[in-house]
Amino acid sequence: MKKLIPYWLVSPYILYFCVFVAFPVVFSIVLTFHSWNIISPMKFIGLDNYRRLFQDRLFWQAIYNTLRFLVVHIPLQIVVALALAEFLNQSIRGKSFFRAAFFLPVIVSGVVVTILWQQLLGFNAGILNRGLSALSLPKVPWLEDPGIAMYAIALMATWKNVGLYVILFLVGLQTVPVQYYEAADMEGATHWQKFRYITLPMINPTIFMVVVLSTIGGFSLFIEPYIMTEGGPLNSTLSAVMYIYKQAFQYYHMGYSATLGFFFALLILGVVAIQKRYVEQEI
Amino acid sequence: MKLLRYTFLILAALSFIYPFVWMVSASLSSEQGIGSLTLLPIDLTIRNYTTVFERIPLGRAFINSLLVALVTTGLVLVLGAMVGYALARLRFRGRNLIFYLIIFTMTLPFQITLIPNYITMVKLGWVDSYFALIVPFVMNSLAVLLFRQAFAGLPQALIDAARIDGCGELRIIFQILLPNIIPTVLTITILTFMGLWNEALWPLIVIRNESTMTMPQMVTLFSVGGRADAQLGVKIAAAVMLALPILIVYLFFQKHFIRSMASSGLKD
Repeated sequence: MKKLIPYWLVSPYILYFCVFVAFPVVFSIVLTFHSWNIISPMKFIGLDNYRRLFQDRLFWQAIYNTLRFLVVHIPLQIVVALALAEFLNQSIRGKSFFRAAFFLPVIVSGVVVTILWQQLLGFNAGILNRGLSALSLPKVPWLEDPGIAMYAIALMATWKNVGLYVILFLVGLQTVPVQYYEAADMEGATHWQKFRYITLPMINPTIFMVVVLSTIGGFSLFIEPYIMTEGGPLNSTLSAVMYIYKQAFQYYHMGYSATLGFFFALLILGVVAIQKRYVEQEI
Repeated sequence: MKLLRYTFLILAALSFIYPFVWMVSASLSSEQGIGSLTLLPIDLTIRNYTTVFERIPLGRAFINSLLVALVTTGLVLVLGAMVGYALARLRFRGRNLIFYLIIFTMTLPFQITLIPNYITMVKLGWVDSYFALIVPFVMNSLAVLLFRQAFAGLPQALIDAARIDGCGELRIIFQILLPNIIPTVLTITILTFMGLWNEALWPLIVIRNESTMTMPQMVTLFSVGGRADAQLGVKIAAAVMLALPILIVYLFFQKHFIRSMASSGLKD
């Protein structure tokens, strides 16, 4: 009897794992070989879903959009977060005030941030364009130009998340031994040299974590473009999750949608694995 | 150098705070006044808020959100503590296997389970019910790992003494050990509650019926659908009401919020 206690305690996890992890993964693979609208019976169609996926221009557009998002979002996130953390890590008054301020957008729902930024990015009435006008610079069609809209969303996502990464970098900066800086001071190193040759290599693991977290976050992009642009203009902000969602819940292509989800998940795992390998080599 | 640093930090802080202040002020302005960049409302009015409540059942959505977030967070704490305790303190066959399953679950992208999980909800007849919003989230891998770590750090003497006094395992977990790991409990509570309160995608998938919708879902549909009638003030007012509860909690527990994020990101 006593021997059973541990199993009784972990049984909720096992049940959860079977229903919400193991079954979905297996079923998702089965679904990729079927055509199904949820109402009529499932129809086996072999590899047709995969064939279709490779010819689906819109899906590849969605992946390309995600990549354009990441290319701007990740470097911007790292540079801004690291700069803010570096400044905060000095002896500064009101440190906790600044930290709390940077963290503000992190805790608020993406829905709120998106509605807010929709106003900030407006072409005529938006605050950003008013600022540009005031400096007599040309206005930017943030959300109207297919070449720009995704980058505008990347800018917004950076604003939303950067506070979290400031905190992570602050934790990382605190792990650098003070002796290194003291030794560098003796040698007469400049601020920049200390940053480049001591700080940067020492916080490599944190940078890696930021890259992985923003990659995964970028791959799950949904609510921001859904509210802000509904995928437009010209599908330039259509994200992969949004496309998976549309295939399932607008067209009821459950089999095809599951195929997209499955393929996309493999892609994410692959990208993260490559990032990991690359960083392990670096260290 | 010092001046430059402060200027930079203050400008940055303003860029994070100002939009929120503007949002509140715009929500209290007349439609004509919204375009302005001032920090005080123009033609102060609560018309935008009354309009939101006329058009959508936001009060109901608030209660739904609160109920779902509270019940689910409670269950995450109870179930997470049980599993975490077993993994940290008891020896049994398959313990490592369960640990690896948890790690596997955490690395699995949600995109793969999204459609099958929706189908499970359909087959169970849970679409449009609270079960669909609660049950898939009652177990949380990160919470289990955080509990496991916290329980592992406690002295064995605490457990031994309780056993001699005749405590059962559940009493040991919830009455003896839990009070000793309050920071972990707080971290898990904050992370779980915040995640649930802000979750928009899953409700959009499993809920069609307005009376079961959560706040983020309701506000999303309101602002994407036609019901806001392109009235900015009304949309912004809805967003303010979605943000307000979590902002108030944040003002009180700010330190804990930040600490919980920092620690959860770094462990394991």
